[in-house]
Amino acid sequence: MKEKIRVASGQGFWGDLQTAPLDQVSKGPIDYIMMDFLAEVTMSIMQKQKKRNPELGYARDLVHLVEQILPICLEKNIKIITNGGGVNPEGCRNEIFKWAHKKGIKGLKIGTVLGDDILSRIEDFTRRGIRLNNMETGQPIEQVGHKILSANVYFGARPIVDALRQGAQIVITGRTTDTALTYAPMIHEFGWSWNDWDKLAVGVVAGHILECGGQATGGNFSADWKSVPDLAHIGFPIAEAYPTGEIILTKHENTGGMVTVQTISEQLLYEIGDPGNYITPECIADFTTIKLEQVGKERVRLSGVKGAPATDMYKVSMSYSDGYTAVSTLTYAWPDALEKAKKADEILRSRLSDLGLQFDEIRTEFLGLDSCHGPIAEMPDVVNEVVLRIGVRSHDHSAVERFGKEIAPLILTGPPGVTGFAGGRPKPSEVIAYWPALIPKDAVRPQVVVQEA
Amino acid sequence: MKIQLLQIAHARSGDKGDTGNVGIIARKPEYYPIIRKYATAERVKQHFEGICLGQVERYELPNILALNFLLHKSLGGGGTVSLKNDAQGKTLSSALLRMTIEVEERIII
Repeated sequence: MKEKIRVASGQGFWGDLQTAPLDQVSKGPIDYIMMDFLAEVTMSIMQKQKKRNPELGYARDLVHLVEQILPICLEKNIKIITNGGGVNPEGCRNEIFKWAHKKGIKGLKIGTVLGDDILSRIEDFTRRGIRLNNMETGQPIEQVGHKILSANVYFGARPIVDALRQGAQIVITGRTTDTALTYAPMIHEFGWSWNDWDKLAVGVVAGHILECGGQATGGNFSADWKSVPDLAHIGFPIAEAYPTGEIILTKHENTGGMVTVQTISEQLLYEIGDPGNYITPECIADFTTIKLEQVGKERVRLSGVKGAPATDMYKVSMSYSDGYTAVSTLTYAWPDALEKAKKADEILRSRLSDLGLQFDEIRTEFLGLDSCHGPIAEMPDVVNEVVLRIGVRSHDHSAVERFGKEIAPLILTGPPGVTGFAGGRPKPSEVIAYWPALIPKDAVRPQVVVQEA
Repeated sequence: MKIQLLQIAHARSGDKGDTGNVGIIARKPEYYPIIRKYATAERVKQHFEGICLGQVERYELPNILALNFLLHKSLGGGGTVSLKNDAQGKTLSSALLRMTIEVEERIII
């Protein structure tokens, strides 16, 4: 057994800092690198890609990043764990194998985790009495049945551990909990029992800290952002884990950013509900038992975490089509910048009304003034400029499209001192709404396949 | 004395559907009892009038000197439904740090 393993955060989301994975594998010793690509609505985008081309449906960026880091990973025996497989982990794997073959890389083992995609099984489940009703609102699945774009079960660490045990050097999953990407290696390397709730819970916490990359190491730092060294070259977090369940949160020495109790605390509070019940497929972690101590420069010790048995349900992330939106902006300069922007808004709304266009919502905000803090904002004495931001939402695509044609005319037929229309006519964008549900664990099973190039 | 939360705490916010979560962390251990006493769910709901259209839930994390608030119906529908510039509530954290509290205790800032 290794005396410790270092799991590095490589990507916190699809679109994250592209240089981070290469930095992580080259600026210091690590054993695993995790990369998270899936936000809530990402699967629906990938389903559309797969529909157009059956070989797609995974995060293309993932393949580029793997190409960059794989030679070093093979040299240093660093394993890659990612959910960038989307709705086509096999397609992703095949693309990487193709590239590896071109590079003369032999014997590469890639594991895929499938079974999370239940889009084609929803009707069957409903017939069997497994109802995927909205777990937050209680709405019945029939309300959105025909509009569902994606449906994926959140598997946890088990299938990833399975793939690692079969010798996979890269594990590509579909929907998995972000945290599992980090703690699966710990379970695999240290042989933690699936009943050791406290150890599983500390792994989950480490996963929560790593899952947003630089946001734990000084990025988006509220306490004292000016004190964060060299944000341009921020080092993403690394969880240095020990068999006992002790974990040190750190980063590579020759990188920017910082790791302090404060930076870690802020990330702990990001996107959590009831802290005493952080539910994952493997366990329930109690964030109110977390102990953080600064034990060295850029080293914070994580300990004391208590866990409880997992539930007998998996969470299901579903998305459905729910209308269209379009948003546009115009910039108004002094004098009377705000008054002019308000007048432009009034004129626009009047014209939309005259056109008989129906919208579920029209929203106006004034960027640079109070779009962030609303009534809590303090008005400045002088408004040098303000951005009028106006958006509409409707199930009627043509109405949203028609709205787009009403922005440019305001420049020549509205208040003066206006600019900032270089972006062109705003196009309707599809609303992909989120539908979370629960499914009994025994109704779905992950399938793990490890293939060698 | 009147204090603004920014003086004694830092914060981070995130989103879950149409609910914004805002965590505030006391800058020093001695400030935690103050935020725990005065930053009540009711006070926060009042502070976010016009922004938070649903209820406010509050959870305590004394282990890291923090409170977590869930602001229901505060993101204009959230996700891709919302027309808000800050549809993900990323600036709700600093909005909460603007909150002032009237403190009876003597504290050194």
